[in-house]
Amino acid sequence: MDNLLEAKLTAQPSKKRQYLLLVAVILAVFAWSLTAIKFRAPDDGGAKIAANIIRGILSPDLNLLWNFTSQGVFYLLFETICIAFLGTIFGAILSIPFAFLMAPSVVSRPVYILTRFLVVVIRTVPALVYGLMFVRVAGPGPFAGVLTMSLTSIGMVSKLYVDVIEDLDRGILEAMDAIGCTTWEKIRFGIVPQLIANFSSITIYRFDMNLRDATILGLVGAGGIGAPLIFAMNAYRWHQVGSILIGLVALILIVEIISNKLRAKLVNG
Amino acid sequence: MFNRKFQLASGKVVVARPSKIPLISLLMIVLIAIALQVTKFSFTTLLLNGHQFFVILRGMLPPNLKFLPRIWQPLFDTIKMSFLGSLLGALLAVPLALLAANNIVRSKWIAGFFKFFLSILRTLPTIVVALIATFIFGLGTMAGTIAIFMFTVSYVGKLTYEQIEALDMGTFEALESLGLTRLQAFRYGVMPQILPTYLSTTLFSFEGNLRYAAILGYVGAGGLGIILSEQLGWRDYANVGMILTVLIVTVSLIEWLSQTARRKLQ
Repeated sequence: MDNLLEAKLTAQPSKKRQYLLLVAVILAVFAWSLTAIKFRAPDDGGAKIAANIIRGILSPDLNLLWNFTSQGVFYLLFETICIAFLGTIFGAILSIPFAFLMAPSVVSRPVYILTRFLVVVIRTVPALVYGLMFVRVAGPGPFAGVLTMSLTSIGMVSKLYVDVIEDLDRGILEAMDAIGCTTWEKIRFGIVPQLIANFSSITIYRFDMNLRDATILGLVGAGGIGAPLIFAMNAYRWHQVGSILIGLVALILIVEIISNKLRAKLVNG
Repeated sequence: MFNRKFQLASGKVVVARPSKIPLISLLMIVLIAIALQVTKFSFTTLLLNGHQFFVILRGMLPPNLKFLPRIWQPLFDTIKMSFLGSLLGALLAVPLALLAANNIVRSKWIAGFFKFFLSILRTLPTIVVALIATFIFGLGTMAGTIAIFMFTVSYVGKLTYEQIEALDMGTFEALESLGLTRLQAFRYGVMPQILPTYLSTTLFSFEGNLRYAAILGYVGAGGLGIILSEQLGWRDYANVGMILTVLIVTVSLIEWLSQTARRKLQ
């Protein structure tokens, strides 16, 4: 009995060499990376700034926080939500044709490889660059932000949509063919019901991410809460930074909880 | 009230619940209308001015090849920043994930506290963390590395504790009952189950970080972003085109490598 166990135990394939190789590679790249970073302990100035930041964030500017005019935190957050919301909706709509053109089961090989390459390009260009391009189109403001978010959403959303499309149950379509459904009926009752729950779940997830990323838009003047936040930081007004950050963190946490609940409900029925 | 009733051939009455789709569509239309108002969205401007979008794009083509030699240094800085940040972040994420997992830590309070901590960390926009880091550590790659590090801790930490909580703890208990210590049981019962996913999450976050690291330079946190913002400021779009081309090639290459590695892991 013991021998049998012993034999089983030693029969387990040894992954030692694989792991050693992995560790060696990681250590080598790690050493290489260290060359780029100049380690600098924060000097006196840095420590003072850090203390100021923490003090500022812990004692937020309450006038700014509870201000309901168009300069207040609430309106800015509301504007950010609107930008992220519209950007997500338009992005999701634009992603649908992209996703079908990226699915190997729908189009031929050259088409999906070309579309995939295009999407990689769209995804890799930093949001900032799009922001600058759209500020030319729409002028500075939230409108440019919406356009930027629509474009940056395509990359991830269409990639996730493709997985859903590839997972379609084709048996259903065959069965509908057999009972004589038209193409339109097949789409309406065979394909859409299979896609809609997962598509919505992905879209809600992206809304979550867009809300986080909306801060970047402020760097190029494309609206939202990013610009006031970065201005306040560059001017060292840490109390204002504190109130904006508290608002932003609270908003994102709340939206995350709601979106998790919604997505769980969508996917589990 | 809106329930529709059907009588089946067997005489049984079935009730179809009303569809929620009209309500949801109405809600969406109202929300979209409000958002369109708030963001001053106008399709006419888009149609009239849409061609402006291509002005910069056309300026980028063809990319200025002569600019290439100036890109390597910041590019490697970006790769190094994201590698270092991801590696250190992923390492720190392990203890935090264990402390946040309900089935490893018995105390509900401790697990809850660490979960909340990871959530807050994840909510802070990376660009803000990078900006704060430049104030404290000065301009340069150190600030960018810190920002990436913080994001990786929160991201890998969250996914790993979710993974740990979904584990089958039966193996762990069985090993403990065989007389192994908790640590040994963890080594043979838990680690093999989470290791592949953990490594693949880390690689995935490295890919994402690389993309993100390219922006961080905009606030002075080192890497490609510095020359990107510089060239954008000078409106030298052919150079911007070159930077973007290099970035796209690098990101695709690393993505391909990491995807191959991740497929091997699974």
